[in-house]
Amino acid sequence: MTEQQTRSHSIDMSSILGEQRQSQTPNETCIKVENLNFFYGKKQALYGVNMEMYRKKVTAYIGPSGCGKSTLLRCINRMNDLVDHVTIEGKILLDDENIYDKSVKVAELRRRVGMVFQKPNPFPKTIFENVTYGLRIQGINDKRLLEETVEKSLRGAALWDEVKDRLQDNALGLSGGQQQRLVIARAIAIEPEVLLLDEPASALDPISTLKIEELINELKEKYTIVIVTHNMQQAARVSDYTAFMYMGELIEMSTTSELFTNPKKKQTEDYITGRYG
Amino acid sequence: MMKLWFKSGSPWIWLNAAAVSTCLIMVVAVLALVLVRGIGNVWPAQVIQFSYQEEGKPLSTIIGEKVDTSITPAVMAKSTGHKMADDEDTLVQYLVKVGNRDVTGADFRWIEARNVKEQSDPESMIVIERREWGNFYGQLLEVKENGKTVATGQQAMPELQTRLAATLVAFDKIKQLEKKEIGAINYDLEQLRLKQKKLQLENKWNSDAEKQFAADKADYDAQYQSHQAELAALYKEIRRDSLVAKTESGANITIPLAKVVMVYQPNTMNIFGKLGFFCHKVYEFLTDYPREANTEGGIFPAIFGTVMMVIIMSIIVTPFGVIAAVYLREYAKQGFTTQLIRIAVNNLAGVPSIVYGVFGLGFFIYILGGNIDSLLYPESSPAPVYGTPGLLWASLTMVLLTLPVVIVSTEEGLARIPKSIREGSLALGATKIETLWRTVLPMASPAMMTGLILAVARAAGEVAPLMLVGVVKLAPTLPLDGNFPFLHLDRKFMHLGFHIYDVGFQSPNVEAARPLVYATALLLVLVIAVLNLTAIIFRNRLREKYRALEG
Repeated sequence: MTEQQTRSHSIDMSSILGEQRQSQTPNETCIKVENLNFFYGKKQALYGVNMEMYRKKVTAYIGPSGCGKSTLLRCINRMNDLVDHVTIEGKILLDDENIYDKSVKVAELRRRVGMVFQKPNPFPKTIFENVTYGLRIQGINDKRLLEETVEKSLRGAALWDEVKDRLQDNALGLSGGQQQRLVIARAIAIEPEVLLLDEPASALDPISTLKIEELINELKEKYTIVIVTHNMQQAARVSDYTAFMYMGELIEMSTTSELFTNPKKKQTEDYITGRYG
Repeated sequence: MMKLWFKSGSPWIWLNAAAVSTCLIMVVAVLALVLVRGIGNVWPAQVIQFSYQEEGKPLSTIIGEKVDTSITPAVMAKSTGHKMADDEDTLVQYLVKVGNRDVTGADFRWIEARNVKEQSDPESMIVIERREWGNFYGQLLEVKENGKTVATGQQAMPELQTRLAATLVAFDKIKQLEKKEIGAINYDLEQLRLKQKKLQLENKWNSDAEKQFAADKADYDAQYQSHQAELAALYKEIRRDSLVAKTESGANITIPLAKVVMVYQPNTMNIFGKLGFFCHKVYEFLTDYPREANTEGGIFPAIFGTVMMVIIMSIIVTPFGVIAAVYLREYAKQGFTTQLIRIAVNNLAGVPSIVYGVFGLGFFIYILGGNIDSLLYPESSPAPVYGTPGLLWASLTMVLLTLPVVIVSTEEGLARIPKSIREGSLALGATKIETLWRTVLPMASPAMMTGLILAVARAAGEVAPLMLVGVVKLAPTLPLDGNFPFLHLDRKFMHLGFHIYDVGFQSPNVEAARPLVYATALLLVLVIAVLNLTAIIFRNRLREKYRALEG
């Protein structure tokens, strides 16, 4: 009980602080990864990763397949807990608090750190019920509040105009791009602090991809965003900071323009110039 | 050339097609046979009058329905003792339903076609369906009231029909009184007696209780007396009229109208008349209680019992199986133990059903039921309440029998839910149980329904274990009635599958019972089909609703 009280207290504090920070300095640390080692069984997937992600900025992870960028992303909302036989060493601090601490409730954490997956995964329910899913989990059933949130979230995900007349239709009837924006709307409906996007556009056509990228630009006004992408042009277009990973190690991380125009490490240069990956 | 043909794959396609069509033909043949034989029973056949003369015997008359024809080659006929002329190649015999069991001793008789001198179907032939002794075939002579003739000749038939209608109304009233009102009083009296015994057992039997008991008993007795008077009047009414009819041998017999179910003249009916009669008989078959050791009347209690047992089983097996499957698939640590449990569950589905019957008898009835009786119903001892076969134990045995099917299909359904859906829910801050309840279980519901469909089909058709745990040849009361608590799970019940066995193999009158076997089989198939169709429609709705993501 006390734990929960302190938690809600800390959330309040952080949101207040967040507003102050925004007005003061643009680069405030939101997530800090310290010495993270990750093992699938005996196989190590991440080697001593250290990095910081800043509030209300977009950070992109790039790197060849199997380099551990998705694994790292899924550590931030503890999605890897679902996999059997994993070992995690090190810390991830969200607002200076270790999310792997025993006192942290995972469901609570995931409310603060939303996630969008590679393939759109709407529930086989109505559009309305998809967006309100997270709220209903929290026990919010007030119809007016739900309706307001649905409109706000769908507008936030640039989907409102397309679906406002068919909120009671099954979400599976939407196109792939619309489904992915619906999933984003679903994630922002519970007002997380951080949004994790795991290759959100890789299953979509170019026009839908463009829409998602535009959406990311709008969303960073309010959320700290971490995006995993295969596509270097996409990273260059949407992100403020870029981290290049290779074989489970963080090779280099800096502002996007710096990383793409003036990479410090040879491996980074080789990758962005297309020599491997 | 041959090699090329094999290479093209067409022999394989032919083989596949042949297998499918063989299956189809067999299914259709079963249904057709059951349908024709089952329905043929209720279609009103012509009543034929044969002039029949066996060698060296005087000419006689035989009246009845031609049921079957058999043709035997001369050689075989000779070997069974028939005298055959040289120019005869075959011996043709007819099976005739002659009825009048009270007069002739048997309702069926084989006659030889060559001895039939003449045959006709006079319109005056009547068939009387009786409550005892089977059908009567013959000619109506007169109608009597209190032994005095009131109508003869042309007037007899209409007079008989009006009087019979009145008698049947009175008869229904009697049945109603005996079953409902007097049945309820008897039930209450029994409850009262048990209450008295219970108080005595608990040493609470004192003068107050005694007074109360006496007052209640007097009240019920008074009610009983008034009904009894009503009954006596009705019985007098139905015993008033009778009819006199002539049998094939020319003897006159008197039949009281109280023993008559219906009188009809099939030879005067046109196709619509026969169709109407047919519909009436089908309705009677579906809604009436059996008569004459189950060889006549309807099979309503068997339909009711089957459906009731299946419903109770479904209500228990679905949640039970689903919960077990959820634990196995979602919570238990996957490994050697879960694999072992899965193999065990799968093997349970292969255990012969009679073994379940034995288990049900030994565990449910003797151990569970026996203990329930000694703990909760000491007053009814030595008569058992739950310590004897009954609806509850039969349903529970069927639950055990069908549990593996439900578990296996639910598990498969759960396994098919894409991981991405679970992750999507968890990523929104749902806990595992919330994800299960809100997303996974609804999406797996079509699979649960599939399990239930298979379970229903298996349970409804099962006979062997039921004979041990609750099904009887003739149940005096339905398990559902107007007496509190309305649903009597301790009662024995009738079942269509067992009814087929009983009528077909335990009947004193095999020929008469045979069409009933087919009709009951047809009905059993229909009942299962209806139960399954309901579940399938429901499942398809769910499927439409929770259509899983592509890929």
